[in-house]
Amino acid sequence: MGRIEYIHKLLSDREISAHELAEKYLEAIDRENGTLNAYVNVTREEALESAQKADEAFRKGEGIGLLTGIPMALKDNISTRGAETTCCSKILRGYKPLYDATAWSRLKAQGAVLLGKTNMDEFAMGSSCETSCFGPAYNPFDTSRSTGGSSGGSAGAVAGNLAVYSLGSDTGGSVRQPAAFCGIVGLKPTYGAVSRSGLVAFASSLDQIGPMAQTVEDVAIIFDAIAGADPLDSTSSKTYVPQTFKNLNNDIKGKTIGIVPQLFSEVSSEVAQAVDSALKTFEGMGINVVSIDIPEIHYALPAYHILACAEASSNLARYDGVRFGHRTKESFDSVNEMMTKTRSEGFSQEVKRRILMGTYVLSKGYYDAYYKKAQLLRGGLSTAFEKAFEKCDAILAPTAPTTAFRIGTQLSPVEAYKADICTAPVNIAGIPAVSLCCGYSHHNLPVGMQLIGRRFGEETILNLAYKFQQETDFVKTADRGLRL
Amino acid sequence: MIYELVSGFETHIELSTKSKLFCSCSTAFGAQPNSHCCPVCLGHPGTLPVINKQAVYLAVMAGLALNCKVNLRSVMERKNYSYPDLPKAYQITQLSAPLCEDGYLELSSGKRIRITRIQVEEDAGKVVHTEDAFCVDYNRCGVPLIEIVSEPDISSTEEAKEYVEKLRILMRYIGVSDCKMQEGSMRCDVNVSLKKQGEKILGTRTEIKNMSSVSSIAKAMEYEFARQKKVLEAGGKVERETLRFDEAKGVTISMRSKEDAQDYRFFCEPDLQAVVLTQQEVESIRHSMPMLPSEKEKIYVEEWGISKPQAVLLTKYRRISEFFDKTVESFADPQLAAGFITGQIFSLFATEEEKEAFDVRTSPYDLAGICALVKDKKISKNLAKVTFDKMLATGKHAEELITPQDMQGMSEEELLTLCKEALEHNPSAVADYKSGKEKALMAILGTVMRQSRGAADPERAKTYLLKLLS
Repeated sequence: MGRIEYIHKLLSDREISAHELAEKYLEAIDRENGTLNAYVNVTREEALESAQKADEAFRKGEGIGLLTGIPMALKDNISTRGAETTCCSKILRGYKPLYDATAWSRLKAQGAVLLGKTNMDEFAMGSSCETSCFGPAYNPFDTSRSTGGSSGGSAGAVAGNLAVYSLGSDTGGSVRQPAAFCGIVGLKPTYGAVSRSGLVAFASSLDQIGPMAQTVEDVAIIFDAIAGADPLDSTSSKTYVPQTFKNLNNDIKGKTIGIVPQLFSEVSSEVAQAVDSALKTFEGMGINVVSIDIPEIHYALPAYHILACAEASSNLARYDGVRFGHRTKESFDSVNEMMTKTRSEGFSQEVKRRILMGTYVLSKGYYDAYYKKAQLLRGGLSTAFEKAFEKCDAILAPTAPTTAFRIGTQLSPVEAYKADICTAPVNIAGIPAVSLCCGYSHHNLPVGMQLIGRRFGEETILNLAYKFQQETDFVKTADRGLRL
Repeated sequence: MIYELVSGFETHIELSTKSKLFCSCSTAFGAQPNSHCCPVCLGHPGTLPVINKQAVYLAVMAGLALNCKVNLRSVMERKNYSYPDLPKAYQITQLSAPLCEDGYLELSSGKRIRITRIQVEEDAGKVVHTEDAFCVDYNRCGVPLIEIVSEPDISSTEEAKEYVEKLRILMRYIGVSDCKMQEGSMRCDVNVSLKKQGEKILGTRTEIKNMSSVSSIAKAMEYEFARQKKVLEAGGKVERETLRFDEAKGVTISMRSKEDAQDYRFFCEPDLQAVVLTQQEVESIRHSMPMLPSEKEKIYVEEWGISKPQAVLLTKYRRISEFFDKTVESFADPQLAAGFITGQIFSLFATEEEKEAFDVRTSPYDLAGICALVKDKKISKNLAKVTFDKMLATGKHAEELITPQDMQGMSEEELLTLCKEALEHNPSAVADYKSGKEKALMAILGTVMRQSRGAADPERAKTYLLKLLS
């Protein structure tokens, strides 16, 4: 069984109370967060209060679900009413939302215990958690290495046993890549499956909130709880009601997995090997394999950057020091000057770089050459994936081209962006993908693989992921934190 | 060289919805600053817009009333620019695929001012300058607007005034907006250019903003026409710029050059689906609309025999035409009813606002009753007039005010007696008449009418008086 079910049993059998459990996690965070820097904000009071309420529910035997009393964490771009939500940016230091993100409120309603907000690349822009204004998160398996990003703290908290599960967000790979670097399971849902209300927007047509946990069962439970129509988000599906948890153990014999060679380009041999072994494991379980070419993937990463930066340049324009967040303390002679100084002080280099790029590709004279073209490429890629899924049930691919790299590896921006080469095409097409561990490198670092599905095909990919997990022995967290 | 005025209007109209375009905050005017706000209309991180369908329906009504084609699929876009009154630093509006296109507003001359497009968009907040601070009130931010863009078909300030007035009345008539220029629920930006008489080439246009009434629109246009004429006659070039009208000085002042027009970097709003309507929805909106003034006018004139000027008056405001319709539905003679309304009822109202509000104490049914009595010759026209005045003043029914004797009318003897009495009570008027002042007769006649409580027939009374005086 997964971790959530295991802990749920402990709580139901009253072997431990939710309050004790929360205390234990908070102690572990006290001890270890200095090393891991997974959390940027620990919500101690809120956690203990929720734990107390959960205990009452267990006592009464009413209002209990799998998620009741389970300690978890939220990426710091997910709005938590009354608790600081900074997106790890100076410009939002001190900002406390007036409302809860829908995905969070659904978990809260089920009795989730929030331990704190986790570290991330600033405004979700990055793949190493190094652009955070709070400093990077450190990989629990090797603290000289990156957790990946942008949901680095969320991955580190789970892998470091400082939370049972967490929510992250994925725009170009930000749930899956850190999940891969930290050896855990991370799901990027179909675009529209999970409400974006309360998720601080980076790229509106690409962002999705995704669960991150130790096992596939956990991810399925969380996904079922948070997904579904939200009147506050016009882009959320009005009809999708996933039942991934109860379909995990469906028979997979005879299903077909597609291998897309373009998703293996620029991938290290270690990673390619691990994914190959995984493929053999699937074959051993009675899965058929087909090779499918999607040449459009060659343009996916540039198209992703153009679209994401364009939308980001617009979404981040509201941070102007007028109504909330940071406002410059320097003197100014006009409102314009105040805004310019505020933004210059509040944003890091990477954020400024992307805002500039995004503004450029939308501007007069360049819109057609860049933005419009990227939209066309997007349409082409979506169609290509749709056609691919006529030939297979899921696509198997590496999650990231490498394993966790050392922190401070000064990559050029373009080199850094290539970390998303396997993940970004999935966001562009709006399809779901789950990353899980499929082996270890000779440095003993986890290697992640992705199972990519058709739109609203989470049941299929989680089913395949679960079967793989049961067939292999790659569920592992670091030797630290709270181990129950 | 004779120059002609070429002008087009871009009119912003606030829609009469209870809540804002993308959130459920109230749109009510005049509240404490920043009291009608929420994270969505304040552009807080993580918030998303959700479209108010009622706003879309009102926008469709406006389009139908202006004879537009309603696009079943239209798209919301982001117009990006930075200003404190715009919390998201972009306005959600429509550009390449607006809700309505290709309509017209017909002036009384029969000339049609073409409507290019109608787009749905959100309003911005309001900047308030105090002595030592620059403040923003976000109550207005997110209020639903339609922008109605006309072709440059307006060629005089009279046409401009009529266009604005007609548009205002029409929008109020169908309930789309209260169009109060002084409250900002209707704002006009006017484009002005000059062209040489007889030529087709249009001159460079300037855009005038910030006019708070119809008369200031006319003044601004006149000033700008004269200004551009002066420039052109001196051999100069008109600059493409945005001007604001200074009401106090009566001049237009440059705000910014349209040459350095800002690049708004429009792109489709990713947080919203396309605005989609079915043909049935559009038809049901059409059916829910009151009949338009122009359609009613036609019926009044062609089917009910009302004169055109009277029909125009009766269809100007919705409450008047509804009152009139109900009166006629109660079997009143349309021409009689029209006369009572445009005569006695209208005289109660001092302003157009009062006329539009049409607060009368009597009901259409009661007016129909009076009309029936007149038509059936049960009471004289005069008595009807006097009685109706009383009904309007007291709200009483005709039956409470007219006695059976009144109904019977006056006998010849009674009339003669009244005339004799009137002569006795007006010696000075008699003297005046006898000395040649014929008008003095009217004063004496007035006495007879008053004494008879309007029941006397003025023509017969006059005959008697003349007889008695000679």
